[in-house]
Amino acid sequence: MKVALFATCLVDTLTPSVAHATASLLQRLGHEVVVPTGQACCGQMHVNTGYRREAVGIVANHVRAFAGAEAIVAPSGSCVASIHHQQADVARRAGDEELARAAEELAGRTYELSQFLVDVLGVTDVGAYYPHRVTYHPTCHSLRLLKVGDRPYQLLRAVRGLELVELPGAEQCCGFGGTFAVKNADTSTAMLTDKMANVLSTHAEVCTAGDASCLMHIGGGLSRLRAGTRTVHLAEILASTEEAVSPDQKTRPAVPA
Amino acid sequence: MTATVPPKAPTFLGLPTAPRGVGHLRGDQSFPDAARGALRDGQLRANLGHATSTIRGKRARVVAEVPDWEQLRAAGKALKAATMARLDEHLEELERQVTARGGVVHWARDANEANEIVTRLVLATGAPEVVKVKSMATQEIGLNEALEAAGLDVFETDLAELIVQLGEDQPSHILVPAIHKNRAEIREIFARTIPGVDPGLTDDPRRLAMAARQHLRERFLRARVAVSGANFAVAETGTLTVVESEGNGRMCLTLPETLITVMGIEKVVPTWRDLEVFLQLLPRSSTGERMNPYTSTWAGVTPGDGPQEFHLVLLDNGRTAVLADEVGREALHCIRCSACLNVCPVYERTGGHSYGSVYPGPIGAILSPQLTGVEDNASLPYASSLCGACFEVCPVAIDIPSILVHLRAEHVEAQEKPTAEGLAFTALARAMSNPRLWHLAQRAAGLGRLLSRGRPTLPNALPPPVSGWTRSRDLPTPPARTFVQQWTEEHGR
Repeated sequence: MKVALFATCLVDTLTPSVAHATASLLQRLGHEVVVPTGQACCGQMHVNTGYRREAVGIVANHVRAFAGAEAIVAPSGSCVASIHHQQADVARRAGDEELARAAEELAGRTYELSQFLVDVLGVTDVGAYYPHRVTYHPTCHSLRLLKVGDRPYQLLRAVRGLELVELPGAEQCCGFGGTFAVKNADTSTAMLTDKMANVLSTHAEVCTAGDASCLMHIGGGLSRLRAGTRTVHLAEILASTEEAVSPDQKTRPAVPA
Repeated sequence: MTATVPPKAPTFLGLPTAPRGVGHLRGDQSFPDAARGALRDGQLRANLGHATSTIRGKRARVVAEVPDWEQLRAAGKALKAATMARLDEHLEELERQVTARGGVVHWARDANEANEIVTRLVLATGAPEVVKVKSMATQEIGLNEALEAAGLDVFETDLAELIVQLGEDQPSHILVPAIHKNRAEIREIFARTIPGVDPGLTDDPRRLAMAARQHLRERFLRARVAVSGANFAVAETGTLTVVESEGNGRMCLTLPETLITVMGIEKVVPTWRDLEVFLQLLPRSSTGERMNPYTSTWAGVTPGDGPQEFHLVLLDNGRTAVLADEVGREALHCIRCSACLNVCPVYERTGGHSYGSVYPGPIGAILSPQLTGVEDNASLPYASSLCGACFEVCPVAIDIPSILVHLRAEHVEAQEKPTAEGLAFTALARAMSNPRLWHLAQRAAGLGRLLSRGRPTLPNALPPPVSGWTRSRDLPTPPARTFVQQWTEEHGR
């Protein structure tokens, strides 16, 4: 299958390794990956901060960038949820029915990574090897908007060498919430503290999730505490193989770029 | 009549919102400022954590045992939506039926009118005091303060409301107003404020309840006037309903000669049969019980049985303005169960007082700003990480996250002068709408790496708004090249 990769603005700009991992995983599974260069953002940050009028152009750009793609995959539950639940509304409220329909049509072919792997490709064992103790944080939008359910667990359980440990209070928000983390920094930090306490109680080496944004939040807190536990995106774990894990186990698994 | 329109309103004045200077819908601090103080209170955090996790667990268990819970929720939502669509007709029917059964109906445009009506009715009875059934509507309008200003004594009879009243405090939860207090703190309040209380009072829950009981029993027996709210009002029969746990409400509803009920206009349901749905949804969602211990219903007056004078005050106080908003009107479907408070990670940490309104938590964050006008409660729609836990548990499926986002946009769009944030978001939107500009913007962001001088994270001391993040969290150093750039260089277009 020819898969168009939507890196998302955050991954593209701040954590490109997550997009590289997504691409190499899909290629390893025998699919052709294309990266439309016109891509920028889904518009979620604007919509969720109150700038829905300003988001119309962002939605239009997204629809233009991915027009004609057979399937679109993004390593982010939250951005895919925005594409599914917000983009058409943004266009419709602005009176652009044509854009709304195009966005809806595109959303029908847009998948979050774990849903794409399990539901569309029908694989749970992607042939990965990741010899670490790992705990999984089910991010709010993956859990409640996309309802990815146990798909990430199915994928993680099939990874060779990986020891999966249950995260207490897993379904509680980490406190990221986009601009919430800055506008309500104190409350966000209080939520993060409890999330980190739960992560650390598992004695996992790695905390993983399907959203780079939440991981940047949890990882930013853990790194500030010099906690030692690191955050690694689900795509990076699934992309790792015996050949591609560096012997010294640096913070990010080595993935052929 | 008092001014009900915010002074900054442009040419279209809109529907009246809840007036300023009366009632408890506005705080004197923004949410982030109020929360900052509350977050330092370790005892508050412990009390809230304990109480909310207990109720959460109970609710989850009793909801899980209902096989058709999702259909019930859908029915609740559909009934509320249909009722709101013809609210005026249902209210007029309710007025006809209550009147036909010997009650008197009063229409109150806002908190001031409602307070004036109730004060006048109480004074007319000549009674020096009133007993109160737990009621959100009367807390919303500040009725106790209004009655006290008229020289009347007001006694809250719900155990938790009594704790709040005796402690000269404010409620911090819709269902459990004293949720922020633990047993030891309650014992201290009782020992200090209840006249003639047993000096050996301990913090044993039963002993505390008995102390309150003795204090209240005396007031029930001498009360001539009671004031209540209502959970539901059935239009077709003119029946009012109060749902409670303690039985103190029923004492107030049956013993005095005069009963005055203050009810938000959104509480009406068309038919008796509609209660079938709501009386299943409400107790399981609120107290985590299959059924609440006391459900009182009454219609008008019954000669020789119960209050012989009944007044129903129908309160608007901004509700019609909420109804006018196609997206936000769903907030009027709320049946005040407070399940959303108990699952909210923000509420659990900041407590109810941080919201500055009698309606705290997720429902408060969408209801208060709509009742007062968004600009009077502009920080509340942002008091959420949009995690969606509230929507998941709401018994009438109010899409709280979507309404929060809608109200944020209403706030942004109400700004007449450009704000720094607005300019930044507009510029960013322009870049994100055009790949060439976007790549330039990304390159500029990538220059942030120069600040970290080879370290994997950016420095902690950065200017606002980034400092909001970096005060407690590291930010990764942006790489020199974006993913799309690297990919294009390696694979071509």
